[in-house]
Amino acid sequence: MDTSLIRELVPAVIGVLVRRGADFASAEDAVQEALVRAYETWPHDPPRDPKAWLIAAAWRKFLDAVRAESARRGRELTVDAEPPDGPVPDADDTLRLYFLCAHPTLSQPAAVALTLRAVGGLTTRQIATAHLVPEATMAQRISRAKRTLSGVPLDAPGDLATVLRVLYLVFNEGYGGDVDLAAEAIRLARQLDALSDEPEAAGLLALMLLHHARRASRTGAGGRLVPLAEQDRSLWDTAMIAEGVTVLQTALARDRLGDYQAQAAIAALHADARTAAETDWVQIVEWYDELLAITASPVVRLNRAVAVGEADGAQAGLTALADVDPGLPRYAAARAYLLERAGDLDGAATGYAEAARVATSLAERDHLTRESARLRQAARR
Amino acid sequence: MKYLLLKHYRGGPEPVIGYQPLDQWAPDRVDAHIRYMRDFADRLVGTGEFVEEKALSPEGTFVRFDGEGRPPVTDGPFAETKDLVAGWMIIDVESYERALELAAELSAAPGPDGEPIHEWLELRPFLTGFPSVGE
Repeated sequence: MDTSLIRELVPAVIGVLVRRGADFASAEDAVQEALVRAYETWPHDPPRDPKAWLIAAAWRKFLDAVRAESARRGRELTVDAEPPDGPVPDADDTLRLYFLCAHPTLSQPAAVALTLRAVGGLTTRQIATAHLVPEATMAQRISRAKRTLSGVPLDAPGDLATVLRVLYLVFNEGYGGDVDLAAEAIRLARQLDALSDEPEAAGLLALMLLHHARRASRTGAGGRLVPLAEQDRSLWDTAMIAEGVTVLQTALARDRLGDYQAQAAIAALHADARTAAETDWVQIVEWYDELLAITASPVVRLNRAVAVGEADGAQAGLTALADVDPGLPRYAAARAYLLERAGDLDGAATGYAEAARVATSLAERDHLTRESARLRQAARR
Repeated sequence: MKYLLLKHYRGGPEPVIGYQPLDQWAPDRVDAHIRYMRDFADRLVGTGEFVEEKALSPEGTFVRFDGEGRPPVTDGPFAETKDLVAGWMIIDVESYERALELAAELSAAPGPDGEPIHEWLELRPFLTGFPSVGE
C-alpha cells in the first residue's frame, strides 16, 4: 500500500472536520484514529473513494469522542451528529494547517512533531521512532502542542518563514525508523510550493532536491562521511538535480531573492560541476555574499571563508576566516582544512584533532579524526 | 537535542552539602527523595521531553581481552574508585538552556533534611549520527 496517498489526504480531512464544527485538537485526534484504522483495513478492503472513507471514519471517531466526553461530564455537548447536507466543501485547508502546525508560539520540537502528524499524516509511533523517543513522550509532545494552539483559529494569518524552518529541520533529521524524513520533508515542501505563491517555498524545495540528489554519494563504506570533493558524482541523481535547478530558476526569475533561494543557488553550482575541480568557486563566493547580505549569519560567514579559500587560495581563505567567530561548531574543521591547503600540515593535523573533539555528530568526528591521523602519518614519512 | 543527565555516587565537584548515603536517611526522607525523582520523570513524559531512565548497580567489574583462546581478564570491583556512575536519564529538549534548567530541577530533589540536596549532575550532549547537510 502506498501510504503517501493516504497521508496526502490527512490535512484536507482535518480541514473538513474543522469546517463542520470540530475544534482542531479533536479533529486531529479523530483523523489520526481513522488513519490508524485505514492502515489496518485498506490493504485487504480498499475503499472506492479514499477521501470520503477517511472523512466518514474520522467524523464517526469525532462523534464517539464527543459522546464519551458528554457522558463523562454528565451533560449534553452540542454538536450536530449529522454532517451538513450536500457535497463536502471544496475548500482545501492544507496550507492553513501548515501555518497552524508551525505556529510561532510552539517550540521547534513541538512544531516538527505536530507538522509530521497533522500535515504529514504520520502516526505518533512513526514520529516517535524517527526521533528515538518513547511513543508516550511523543504523544504528550503533540497534545501539549495542540493545547498551546487552543483558541488559535485555523484561518489565523501564518508565518511562512517558520513553516520553512520546520520543514528544513525535518529534512535534516534524515532517516529514522521506517520513515525517510528527508523524503517526507521534500513531499511536504513540494505540496507547500504548489499551494503558496512565495519564491522562498520554491527555494527551499530546490535546496532540498539538490541536496537529496547527492545523498547516495555522501556516505561511503561503513557509513563513513565522504567530503564533497571526493564524492562519486556518478551516484548523483541527475533527474532530481534537473528538477531542483528548474524549480530554482523559476523562483529566481521572480526577483525576490531570499535565504533558501541563495542556498539553493550554491547547491546548484556544486551539483552542476562534473568534477570537483570544475566547481565555479568564484560564483559560489558571490552567492555567499548575497546570502550574507540577507542573513548576516555567522555560519554563512564561515562557509564563505572556505569558498574564498577555494576561489582565491588558502591564504585568502584564512584571511576571511579572521572575521569569523571561533566559537562556531565547525570553525576548527574549516581552519584545519584551509591550513592544510596552505601547506601547514602540522597546524592542520592539530586543528583536525581539535575539530574532532568539538564535532557534534559521530560521522563528522570520525572523519576529522581520520584527517588528523592521515596528516600525522604523512608528517612522519 | 538529546542530553544525558548523569548521576554520580562519587566524582565531580565538591558536594555543596555533605550527606550520608541514602540508606542512612530517615525512611520518609528516602521516600520523598525517590518520589521526587519519579515525579520528575513523569513530568518530563508530560512535557514530551523524556527518553529513558536507568540505574546502575554500584558493583562493577573491569574486563578485557587476553588473547585468542584465553578467558577474559577481570579486575575489580574497586571500592575506592574516584568516579562512580549511579544512573542516568536521557532527555530530548529544544535547547542547551532547557537542558540546564531541567538538570537544576532534578538537582533540587529533597535531601536528608527535606531541603534541596544541590547534588551535582553531569550534563552531556549526545553526538548525532550524521551532520546536517550544507556546504
